[in-house]
Amino acid sequence: MIPLLLVVVGLLALVQSIAGRPTGDIATPRRLADRFTAVDTARRLDEWFQARWTREQITPAVPADETTVLRRLSLALHGTVPSLEELRQFEADAGDRRLERWTQRLLDDSRYATYFSERLGRALVGSEEGPFLAFRRDRFHAWLSEQLDTNQPWDRIVTRLVTAQGLPTGEPATNFITIAQVDGEIDEEVLAGRTIRAFLGQRIDCAQCHDHFFDPRWKQTHFEGLAAFYAPARFSPLGVDDNLKVQFEVADHENGTSRVVEPQVPFGREWLPAQGTPRRRLAKWLTDTRNLRFDRAIVNRVWGQLFGRPFFSPVDDLPDPGEPATRALDLLAEDFRAHRRELKWLIHAIAASRPFRLDSRPHVPNDPQSTELPAEELRRYEDAWAVFPLIRLRPEQVIGAMLQAASIKTIDRHSHLFTRGRRFFGEQDFVQDYGDLGDEELSKQTGTIPQALLRMNGQLARELIKPGAFGTTTAIARATQGNDGLCLKTCFEVCLGRQPSAEEHAVMGQWLVDTRGRRREVAVEDIFWTLFNSPEFSWNH
Amino acid sequence: MFTGPPIDRRRWLLRTLAGLGVGFALPTLDARSANQRGSTRPTSLITLFLSGGPSQLETWDPHPGHRIGGETTAIATRLKGLKIASDYPQTAEIINELSVIRSLVSREGDHQRGVYLVKTGYRPDRTLTHPSVGAILAKERWDKTIEIPQHVSLSGGPQPARGGFLGAQYDAYKIYNPGQRLRNIAAGIKDKRQGRRLEGLRVVSQTFSRGRLAATRGTQHQLMVDRALAMMNSDQLKAFQIDDESRSTIDLYGDTRFGRGCLVARKLVEAGVRAIEVTLPGWDTHTNNFEGHREQAATLDPALFALITDLKQHDLLDSTIVLVLGEFGRTPTVNPLDGRDHWPQGFSCLVGGGGLAAGRRLGATDPTGKKRKPDQPVEIADLFATVMSRMGVEFGKEVITPIGRPMAYSEGTPIPGLL
Repeated sequence: MIPLLLVVVGLLALVQSIAGRPTGDIATPRRLADRFTAVDTARRLDEWFQARWTREQITPAVPADETTVLRRLSLALHGTVPSLEELRQFEADAGDRRLERWTQRLLDDSRYATYFSERLGRALVGSEEGPFLAFRRDRFHAWLSEQLDTNQPWDRIVTRLVTAQGLPTGEPATNFITIAQVDGEIDEEVLAGRTIRAFLGQRIDCAQCHDHFFDPRWKQTHFEGLAAFYAPARFSPLGVDDNLKVQFEVADHENGTSRVVEPQVPFGREWLPAQGTPRRRLAKWLTDTRNLRFDRAIVNRVWGQLFGRPFFSPVDDLPDPGEPATRALDLLAEDFRAHRRELKWLIHAIAASRPFRLDSRPHVPNDPQSTELPAEELRRYEDAWAVFPLIRLRPEQVIGAMLQAASIKTIDRHSHLFTRGRRFFGEQDFVQDYGDLGDEELSKQTGTIPQALLRMNGQLARELIKPGAFGTTTAIARATQGNDGLCLKTCFEVCLGRQPSAEEHAVMGQWLVDTRGRRREVAVEDIFWTLFNSPEFSWNH
Repeated sequence: MFTGPPIDRRRWLLRTLAGLGVGFALPTLDARSANQRGSTRPTSLITLFLSGGPSQLETWDPHPGHRIGGETTAIATRLKGLKIASDYPQTAEIINELSVIRSLVSREGDHQRGVYLVKTGYRPDRTLTHPSVGAILAKERWDKTIEIPQHVSLSGGPQPARGGFLGAQYDAYKIYNPGQRLRNIAAGIKDKRQGRRLEGLRVVSQTFSRGRLAATRGTQHQLMVDRALAMMNSDQLKAFQIDDESRSTIDLYGDTRFGRGCLVARKLVEAGVRAIEVTLPGWDTHTNNFEGHREQAATLDPALFALITDLKQHDLLDSTIVLVLGEFGRTPTVNPLDGRDHWPQGFSCLVGGGGLAAGRRLGATDPTGKKRKPDQPVEIADLFATVMSRMGVEFGKEVITPIGRPMAYSEGTPIPGLL
C-alpha cells in the first residue's frame, strides 16, 4: 500500500515540477493602496501609548529590526517563518514603507486566508469534533477562508453566521449553529454564550445559572434574553431553519414550573429592530454601528493573533467601552468601523502600530549593577506594551517554521504536492504530540517536556534535517564547500532569520572546519538541530 | 563550560560518593519515596478509565431476574452478600480489597461533557478549563526525585487528563502503546555529538537571552530541555518497559493494550509516579449491549485482577488508590437494538487501596428501574474530595484561576464511609 502511494505521490510531484512553478502572482506592491493605509490611526495610537509610557515612567524598547518584524507578521498571518527566498527579496527591496507593502503582500497571499481563518475559526466554532454529519468543519473553514480572502466586512461575516439557514454543506455558515447541537437539539444557551464571547468580547456565561458573581453588569435575565433569540433555530435533514412558533422556555427548578422568556438584549435596546426574525434582529443589534463592543471584540482578538497575546486578557472578558485602560481598543474600533470593518485594514493598522514594531529586549534604565531588567519590572513593561512579548508559538507555527527552514524556496500552494503532503501529514502527528490549546490558544503558556522531546528527538524534525540527496542540509553543505562562514550564515538565516554572533561563530563554525562530504553534512545537520531547539526558534519575539 | 550529556545523576552520585569513600551518605539516597513500602509510602492514584460509559447493570450493579436486568447473570464475590455481573469471575476474587459505589450521579449525558466531569469533578465551563484530579495530585504532591513525568495517561482514548488552569506542564504525559518503546525519547546519536549539539544550544540560547533574560527564563524553555534530557537519561524510564517482565505476568494482565497499560501503571507507581490513568475504550453499547459488555469484560476482568494482586504482592496496595470509573452508566431499559443508552444517574464505580476503607458498598439503584434517583447519591466531586483528602491534599484549597476567579480543587465533601 505504502510503496504504491509513494509511486503515485512521486509521479504527481514529477508532473508538478515539469509543469513548472507559476511565477508572479505573489508580488510586493510598489505602493500601498490608500484604503489600507492606517497612518492616522497608527499616529493616534502611538500618541496614546506614548502618553501612557510617560505617565508610568517607562521608556519603550527600541524598534526591532525589520526582518524580525517580518518574521512576526509571517508567523501571525501564514503560520510559518519567511523563506530564504522571501528574506532575500525583502533585503533587496529598497522602496519606502517596506513593511507596510510587505504586510499587503502577505495578506494577498492565499496562505493568509487559509491560516488566519483557521485561527479565527477557533473563536467561532471551537475546536471540538462537533456533532457527526450536522457539523462540517472543512466546509466551514473553506467558507471562512473565502470571506477573508475577499476581505468581506466583519459585520457581514457575522450576520451570515448568526442568521444562516440551509445545509452545513451548501451554506457553510450554518455550522456556527449546528456545532451547538447537543443530544439532537440546537442548544440556544451554547449559542448565546458563544455569540457574546466571540462577537462582543464579554463573558456572561456565568449568568447562565445565576447573576454574575464578579461582574455586576450581567444578570441571569440578560443571558436568557439573548438565548431566546436562538430558540426557534432548529436542524433537520433539510438544514437549519427557524420554527417561529417556538419560544424559549426556562425550567424553574425551585417550584417545578417553566416560564417563557422573550428575546431581549442587555444594553442598547434602541438598536434592536422591532421587525424581523429573532436571529435577524439579533444580528442587526450586534452589528449596529453604535455597538462599540462589537468592534472592540474583534480588534482585541486580531491584536491577540498578531502579538500572541490580546491587548486585554482574557480575550473575551472586556471592560466597557470608554474605560481608560482600554482606550487603545476604542481608537482602533472607531477607525475599523470607519474602514468598512475590513479585517485586512485592521491587520494593517495593528502591524503599523509602534508596539508591534518594538524590540523584544526591554529598555534597561542606567544601572551599573545590571544590564538586565528585573522580572517584576519586565511585567510592568509588558503590561504597558513597551516591549514585544515572548510568546510560545503554536504547534503548527513550529512545524511550519521547521518545514520552511528546511526548504530554501517558499512553501505555498504552488509547492510540490509532496512537500505540501509532508506538511499536512507531519503536522497532524506533530500537533497531537505538541499539544493543541484548543480555545485557550491566547492564554499565556510555558513550554512542556513532551514539546522539548518532540523538537529534540521527534521523527519529523529528524527527517527534515537528515543529510540526503534531496535534503536541504546536504545542499547547503555542498554549496558552501570551502566557505564555512557562508555555510553557518545560511543556516542561521533560514532558521532564525539573522546572522550568527561572534560567539556562535566561534563555537559552531568550529564544527565545519576542514570538513568535506558526509562529515560536513553531519555538521550542518547538527547546526540545524541546535537552531531548531533554541528558544529563539520556538518563541515569537 | 559545558556540563556534558547528563549521565544518570544518581548513578554518577553513587559512583562518586563510593569512590570518595563516603559510603555513609548512601542510605539517605535510598530513603527516596520510590523505595519505601507499605503505608509510609506517599500515595499514588491509578484510574482505570472505562471510556464510552459502562453499564452498571453489566458490571458492578446487576439486577438479574428483574425486567431491567436483561440477560446478565450475577455471581457471588469474596464479600458476603455482594454480587457482581458473572462476566467478572476474577474481579469477584479481589473485590474485597475495594469498595463499590452504586449511586454515582452526574448531570452530563454527553460523552465529551461527561468525561470532563468525571476527570475534573466539575461540569464543563466555557470560561476556563479545570485541572484533572491527576494534575492536582501531581502538582500538590510533586516528588523532586522523579525524573519521569508524574502524571501519565496510558493506552490512548479521547480527552486525556489535562492540567487545565494549573498549566500545560501538568497535562498527563501520553503513551498510546504502553510497553512499546517510548516515542521521541532516544537521541539516536553518539554522546559526543549530542554533547556538541548541547554546547551549541547553550551558546545560541545565551545570545538570545542577552537583554531579555527575565523573559527568556519565564518561558521555562531551558528548564524543559533540561528535564527532557534528565528523562532521556534516567534509569526510571525502565518503568515504561515491560520486556523484563515474565511472560506469565504479561499474560496474567492480558496481552492487550489495556492489560499492558495496567502493568506499566503498576511499574510507574513503583517508580513513584503520582497519578496514572489507563483507558479502556469501547463501552458505548447503543446496540448489542450484552455482547459488547461481555467482550469488554474479557479485557477488564483479568487486568483488574492482576493489577490488584500485583500491587499487593509488591506491597504497594496500601499506598495506591485504584479507581475504576466511566463517564456515566447506561439506561435500565433496553432499546429495540438490544442496546442501552446514556444514563448519568445511578451508575457505579470501584475504588479502594491507598488506605481507603475496603469492602464497603455504598448506595443502591432501584431493581425495578422505576425510581430514577439512586439511594444515597454520590457526586463525582465527593469522590475526588475523598481521594485528595486521603492523599493529604487540601481538597478545598482555592486557587486563583487565570480569569481571576477563585476555584477550589474540589467542591465536594469526602465520603465518610470510605475514609
